[in-house]
Amino acid sequence: MDALYLLVPLSIVIVFAAIWVFFRMSDSGQFEDMVGPALRVLQDDDRGEG
Amino acid sequence: MSALPREIRAHDGCFHCGLPVPANSHWAVEIDGLSRSMCCPGCEAVAQAIVQNGMTDYYRNRTDFAVTAEQGAALPAQLRLYDQAASNDASRNPDGMLEATLSVDGLRCAACVWLIERRLGQLPGVMAANMNVATGRLFVRWDPAQCKLSGILGAMREIGYPAYPFDPARHEAQLRRSGRTLGRQLFIAGLSMMQVMMYAVPAYLATDGTLESDMAALMQWASLLLTLPAVVYSAQPFFRGAWAALRQRALTMDVPVALGIGAAFIASVAATMRGSGEVYYDSVTMFIFLLLCSRLLELTARRRAAHALERLQHGLPDAAQKLPAYPASRDTVTVAAADLEPGDVILVRPGEPVAADAVLLEGQTSIDVSLLTGESAPQRKLAGDAIPGGAVNAGQAALLQVSRRAGASTLASLVRMAESAGQGKPALSQWADRVAAWFVAGLLLLAGAVFLFWQWHDAARAWPVAIAVLVVSCPCALSLATPSALAAATDSLLRRGVLILRPHVLETLHRATHVVFDKTGTLTMGKPVLRDVCLYGDVERETCLHIAAALEACSAHPLAQALAAAASGKRPNASELMQFPGQGIAGSVDGIPYRLGRADFVAQLSGRFLAPAGMPGVSAVWLGREGRLLARFDLADGLRDDAHDVVERFRKAGKQVMLLSGDQQAMAQEVAQKLGIADALGNQLPEQKLAYVQRLQHEGAVVAMVGDGINDCAVLGAADVSFAMGSGAALAQSHADAVLLTGRLEALADAAESASAAMAVVRQNLAWAMVYNMIAIPAAAAGLISPWMSGIGMSVSSMLVIANALRLRGGRKGS
Repeated sequence: MDALYLLVPLSIVIVFAAIWVFFRMSDSGQFEDMVGPALRVLQDDDRGEG
Repeated sequence: MSALPREIRAHDGCFHCGLPVPANSHWAVEIDGLSRSMCCPGCEAVAQAIVQNGMTDYYRNRTDFAVTAEQGAALPAQLRLYDQAASNDASRNPDGMLEATLSVDGLRCAACVWLIERRLGQLPGVMAANMNVATGRLFVRWDPAQCKLSGILGAMREIGYPAYPFDPARHEAQLRRSGRTLGRQLFIAGLSMMQVMMYAVPAYLATDGTLESDMAALMQWASLLLTLPAVVYSAQPFFRGAWAALRQRALTMDVPVALGIGAAFIASVAATMRGSGEVYYDSVTMFIFLLLCSRLLELTARRRAAHALERLQHGLPDAAQKLPAYPASRDTVTVAAADLEPGDVILVRPGEPVAADAVLLEGQTSIDVSLLTGESAPQRKLAGDAIPGGAVNAGQAALLQVSRRAGASTLASLVRMAESAGQGKPALSQWADRVAAWFVAGLLLLAGAVFLFWQWHDAARAWPVAIAVLVVSCPCALSLATPSALAAATDSLLRRGVLILRPHVLETLHRATHVVFDKTGTLTMGKPVLRDVCLYGDVERETCLHIAAALEACSAHPLAQALAAAASGKRPNASELMQFPGQGIAGSVDGIPYRLGRADFVAQLSGRFLAPAGMPGVSAVWLGREGRLLARFDLADGLRDDAHDVVERFRKAGKQVMLLSGDQQAMAQEVAQKLGIADALGNQLPEQKLAYVQRLQHEGAVVAMVGDGINDCAVLGAADVSFAMGSGAALAQSHADAVLLTGRLEALADAAESASAAMAVVRQNLAWAMVYNMIAIPAAAAGLISPWMSGIGMSVSSMLVIANALRLRGGRKGS
């Protein structure tokens, strides 16, 4: 059970790290369009020559 | 990559947009080695441009047809106007690049995105083109030295997607920002909720004594830390709302919400510090999360509505021809419509829309106000008459003097009105708010009283019990019940083509006892279809139809088109065609001369016959050859395909369906009979309709009125709830409470069903909230409910309410 004294604080640190990462991602605008990427990935020659 | 979906591959209509190809048309484009027929020159041009630019892949990958292309949607001169504006407004980067956000119409499927980004990628000077599918916005970055915004817009139009510079001043941009913030707050609240739950589980599961007090303290401290972001960041909207309400001396739902969050959190912190007492971190975070969910729902609905409105605003022209030196000189310059000032003189060519409200200066013309009122017949205007902005000049070139700035013109102000309506609150919501205010006041008094009572009775339990009362009674369910249900219903309706302009629509439509169709035209298609063929000779029905279709093949007259549409299969060719305006058409098919048209006109060829008296509303077209009468075609306004279904659905829902029509009684009667409408009144003048509706209302009826916007403002305004049929521009019917954007009558029945469903959900939610509170509050006040029980009760009740509301979004899918 003693491990919990380490793991619980660690989980808190991880959550705050997740929050920080999420804010970074949100700032970069990757949540602005939730539909487009799913469509684009289906195209064969994405912006390639030809 | 993939082959075309079957329905697209097997289609024999226009290869580009899927509409039927008119007979004898010659528009075609070679795609992948096959000649594909097109329905109009617009589609042909677009398809040609797509093929020429090496993007034939679009046709292979698409999963839906494109939007029918309009020919010459904007003139190059008008597009050039944007260049000036772009270099003024667009944000210029340090490296000298320009950026702009365009709003794009006509996105249908994945291939559209590919097509747009790829076409723009081909343009020299375009650095970046990113299409945001969710919002219909295109972000472009370009080098002003190599290309211009007009070139970008032109290229977009070429491949069939009208794009418009997006005006960031509009409130949509602000909606997007708030959506972003809300999304973040929701995420934080969700994350924190899930983590706190994990720490709370041991305390719930442990039987007395098995959880060490050290461990319990650790869990509490961890929960405290993780609840902090939710309370400090995610709960901001509630604290702000409560503070704003208190400053205005009002009690809104935000007040108890903020109080509940605040009280529960502070009490928990105190308990954690002291090392004894109950904590409510899990309740607090869940509460915040669920409330934010409902806010997000509302915001999505609002954003969608704003988007639909923005599309309508494109009805306003962007440019105008100004005569700066009038009357000395008649030279024109192209200026942006937004720059027009009252007093400016503008030239409006035939077919062009009027940029701003104006007065006709000289000459006379006829204008088409169908965009504004739905009235399709052109109106005659003389010098000195006022012409509303958005009307289309259907006559000759006219000189107009601008009377109001374009921003203040009729269409613009109507769009603004609709926007403000979108933010209003329906009566039911207001009622819920008022009840909530009383509820809140009562609750606060009760919590105070309970606290005092327990202080005297058992001082140690005073705090926990008072907190339990605040938490358990959490007005969450009450405050979520109405808005989440209404937002979900409004949103799902917009997706099915019903734009709601006034907040009360759903509520009133549900209560409506009478559904009154204001026009025969709302139930019919407004164009004739072949109803009956009467044969007089030895020629078969099909053959007669083919001969008639051949004779009429080149005529644009609605009756002619109806005949041509009715004849199926291969038709012969006619020669020696001669038009006799107002009488008919003569020509030869397979060497035999025929005449088609009015009875007396045909009789000159076929010999005299006795034409029976025509029925009202039915046009008879006769066909005859030398010495012989062949057939009579009865053409009449056809019923909409879905009219019967809609009337039936209303009747099943227990609403009385009526028809009030300005047409002749016999015709109204006939339409009504076919649809099974019991009450039909013809020959109704607008005043009579108004009086009739008012009489109905006097007798206690709640009247829903459906019109198409022609001269029916008064009666639409008088009805309890009114719908305007027609294209998006029919929004301009300022008296309609809602607009059927697609022109499908079915949407009306959908709206009625959604309204009933929404009201049912609201009632269920409110009933649940009442029952729950009536049981939970006394129990909590009596000290029977432990704080964790109250937390769970609150959460479950809120979740029930949200889930119930979400039912309205899914389910039936519109076409």
